[in-house]
Amino acid sequence: MSPDLIYGLAGLAVFGIGFFRALTLAAPLRRVLALKLCAVGASFLLIVAAYRQPPVTADAVPHALVITGIVVMVSAMAVALALIHRIAVLERERSDG
Amino acid sequence: MADLAGIDWAVAAVLLPLIGAMACFAVPRAAATIGLAAVAVTGAAALALGLQVAAEGALTVPLGGWGAPLGIDLRADGLSVVMLVMTAGVGLLVSLSALGERDARRRRYFWPLWLLLLTGLNGVYLSGDLFNLYVMIEVISIAAIGLTVLRGNLAALKAGLEYLFASMVGAILFLLAVGLVYLNYGRLDLSGLAGIAGAGDAVLAAVLALTLVGMALKTALFPLHYWLPAAHAGATAPASALLSALVVKASLYIVLRLFQYLVAPSEVMVTLIGALGATAMLWGGIQALRAPRLKLLVAWSTVAQVGLIFVAFARAGADGTAESWKAAALIMLAHALAKAAMFLAAGRIKDEVGHDEIARLDRSPIRPTLAQFTFALAAISLIGLPPTAGFAGKWMLMEGAIAAGYWHWVVVTLVGTLLSVAVFSRVLAGFLRFDRVRGPLGEHQGWALADAPPLVLALGALGLGLIAVQVLAFLEIGAPLGGTTGVWP
Amino acid sequence: MTEVVLLPLFILLTSLGVAPLIFALPERAAKLRTAINLTAAAAKVALVAWLSWKVSQGVIYEVQFEMLPGLAFKLQADPLAVLFIALSAVLWLITTVYAVGYLEKGPHRSRFFGFFSLCVAATVGIAMAGNLFTFLIFYELLTLATYPLVIHRGTAEALRAGRIYLIYTLCGGLALLLGTLWLYVMAGTTDFVPRGVMAEVVAETPVQAQLLFLVLIAGLGVKAALVPFHAWLPIAMVAPAPVSALLHAVAVVKAGAFGIMRVVYEVFGIDVAQGLGVTTPLLAFAAVTILYGSVRALMEDDLKKRLAFSTVSQVSYITLGVALASPIAAIGALAHLTHQGLMKITMFLAAGNLAEGLGVKKVSQLDGTGRQMPGTMLAFTLAVLAMIGLPPLAGFVSKWYLASGGLGSGQGWVIALLIGSSLLNALYFLPIVHRAWFRDADGAPAVPGRPRIGWLLTAPPIATATLVVVAGVFANAPFSPLEWTRFIVAREYLEPLP
Repeated sequence: MSPDLIYGLAGLAVFGIGFFRALTLAAPLRRVLALKLCAVGASFLLIVAAYRQPPVTADAVPHALVITGIVVMVSAMAVALALIHRIAVLERERSDG
Repeated sequence: MADLAGIDWAVAAVLLPLIGAMACFAVPRAAATIGLAAVAVTGAAALALGLQVAAEGALTVPLGGWGAPLGIDLRADGLSVVMLVMTAGVGLLVSLSALGERDARRRRYFWPLWLLLLTGLNGVYLSGDLFNLYVMIEVISIAAIGLTVLRGNLAALKAGLEYLFASMVGAILFLLAVGLVYLNYGRLDLSGLAGIAGAGDAVLAAVLALTLVGMALKTALFPLHYWLPAAHAGATAPASALLSALVVKASLYIVLRLFQYLVAPSEVMVTLIGALGATAMLWGGIQALRAPRLKLLVAWSTVAQVGLIFVAFARAGADGTAESWKAAALIMLAHALAKAAMFLAAGRIKDEVGHDEIARLDRSPIRPTLAQFTFALAAISLIGLPPTAGFAGKWMLMEGAIAAGYWHWVVVTLVGTLLSVAVFSRVLAGFLRFDRVRGPLGEHQGWALADAPPLVLALGALGLGLIAVQVLAFLEIGAPLGGTTGVWP
Repeated sequence: MTEVVLLPLFILLTSLGVAPLIFALPERAAKLRTAINLTAAAAKVALVAWLSWKVSQGVIYEVQFEMLPGLAFKLQADPLAVLFIALSAVLWLITTVYAVGYLEKGPHRSRFFGFFSLCVAATVGIAMAGNLFTFLIFYELLTLATYPLVIHRGTAEALRAGRIYLIYTLCGGLALLLGTLWLYVMAGTTDFVPRGVMAEVVAETPVQAQLLFLVLIAGLGVKAALVPFHAWLPIAMVAPAPVSALLHAVAVVKAGAFGIMRVVYEVFGIDVAQGLGVTTPLLAFAAVTILYGSVRALMEDDLKKRLAFSTVSQVSYITLGVALASPIAAIGALAHLTHQGLMKITMFLAAGNLAEGLGVKKVSQLDGTGRQMPGTMLAFTLAVLAMIGLPPLAGFVSKWYLASGGLGSGQGWVIALLIGSSLLNALYFLPIVHRAWFRDADGAPAVPGRPRIGWLLTAPPIATATLVVVAGVFANAPFSPLEWTRFIVAREYLEPLP
């Protein structure tokens, strides 16, 4: 087994675990984390894709993609967290008053 | 036109709303003014691009002079321009009706979010490579979720969160598909990918499956539509109009492009898409029949209409998609106009009457007749009665289906049409019923300037049916799915 | 000779264009609304008169633009179209006068007259449609514009009637849509061409052509109230009197009958249809409808419903004449299109006056009404006599031609059918006349005092009754419905085969 295949399979596995949990979990925070795992798995695949046998240097494009992907995921995650927080606040207000 | 002051209209169509969004956010006092101006200027850029494409044919703009595969290409053909102009037109009218918003917080955040959404939409329609598409649909998602929760109440927030999860899953699936494409083919620019894949390629099948599921989630194709009704029904009227009319179209557009560049659809795939569409049409119709509130009914009708668009794509089997996509595009266009009009009109009715419970609409002594008329016009287009754009789309759908001998799609469409008649006559009969009103009834009450944008949109849906030939001819510029790009057999 | 002039478009705009204006008028601007209505109606009559003159000189107007690839929106004023337009233009003017009087103080007048104009526009569009595609557009517009009129009173009963009306007519519309699509795919065109466009298709795929005919006739049969698609018509009688009069005696049912005529003559072509063997079933349906409608009319006590079932029966005379496939019968059918319109609108207007002035809605309450409302009842009586077929009134002329047409095409039983139907006509109409003139009112009238109806309500039925007499007595004068009809039939039958 070559290292990139191991990396690739691991990436897919991480993605799969995340995806499965994202669909099955009910608690919003856990779902966010599961989705994060999904994103990490997908990024993993792309990073592996950049690997080239030396002496050729690694392909920079997938790395650029991953960085963009991380930025996008972080902002989506932030929105999700903000929403969850706001919902919690509103629910607390409602049960109080 | 491109030489005019050296302006690159495609770039302008993406950058102008982005700059506008930042300006709106920075100067909240002038948000509405800046926002409206930005939308108008973006619309003008889209029109200019349209003229250019009409004159010169499809164009490709390498950003910063770096061409594909290393750089990023923007590409504009007939389909892109039609989508851009549709977005600009609907967007401008919705923007006008959003000027009436009185809540300060909503006023402040609506404009930056909407302009960001516009950036994403225009970006999707002009993207020439897969990764750009991914980024742009994420931009759309985040802006759209912002618009969904703008009302700020618990129901809207919960609907927004559900939408966010659906959207994120969809996006990640798409990202994975993009990764697989790069792994296998080493490039992401669409024109370079065209024709690169052989038949029966396993990776390609995976890419196709991932993208289709991802996009079905985002566009709310049955059975992945679960998030849509609550999200679209719970938002403020202009936001609902934008979400239903424009946002779902972006992912539909990606599906069309996928079939154009990556892989010609197989018969099984097309049948599956059509079957899901048909189910969506029926299920959406049935749920709309049961919906207690006006906006929820309109939202369920979106589920049905998305189904109709997929049926239109599938109307003549795999071989027919070279023509069928035009029927789908026409219905997308018709739906954008009519649904925006309908959501705005529903919002107006709710404002004037004070509630939007369908069963109690006929008890109100206030009848916002102009908004009701607009709603009726939009309904006529969504049902597909002549001479509206919806009719033109359904005509194309059924004509192609009959010609290819696919009678089942004709039957499905007719049943769906009857269902939508039942759905909308529920509402329209309430508008015209008077014996349950207590108190004096004033005619021509509740007319306001805010009725104008939805009315124009509804009339646009009507008028578009009369110029369907021209629209169809324009769609063909650059042969988006016509065969010259080399994928079609 | 075909001229491309905008005259048909102007005729369409006299009603389509004023509808938005009327919608926008505030409720209290009654005078202005009436002025606009009457001006538009009068302008239409004038334009139609001009059009008739030009068409009689052999000019055919045509306006078209492409709406969908290969499909044009096409207006065409040929002699057949002119017949229907002239009928609706004249009756629109008369009914508008009546409606102004009828709805004087009623609510939602802007809405009413707006949709009323739209209906007339749809009727004119149906008349002038140059292909089945355009016909379909206006056919659906007619459905949509009549629905608010049917439920105008806004009561639960009206809404129920409206729902039934909508279900029937929209299903009919869908069948017609399907038929039009199928025709387009099979024949490559939907144009109305004298002698038809289906010869090749029929030769190649006769079974499909038969099915297509069935679908088209089912779609059109709903509006033409062919049994078994007739049930909406009596129910729709909850509408206000002017609506029942113009729309359900003239515009809507005639649109269906007119469409059947176009399909048989100018889509299939009468020879082709006959060769295909589809005219005989159509004939059978028409015959059954004629008898069934009459029998049901006999059993109704509600005056408007009795009239409605009579319409069901009478409109099928047109279909009968078409299906007989003989030139003489065709003349009868076309003449009946006009004559029946004149007779039935007279009756409905009179029925409206009875309800409005005396509160009389049932046949059994009609005793002595002749003395209370002599003008109205005189008009009604004339229409009844014409409908039964008393010479020299209008109904006689059309029945005469239908009978000779039946005889000429070897279908002698048609005469028996016509005699039977006329007897039934007499059975359900003469008691009305008898009660009105020869029985005294027993007890107090439902509405005490003198009937409170003005000349705006009395004049229109008298005017239409006069037309009934004129159309019968001067049947051979130039520009009479009968003469015009002969002109049309000569064109349909004598035009060389393509």
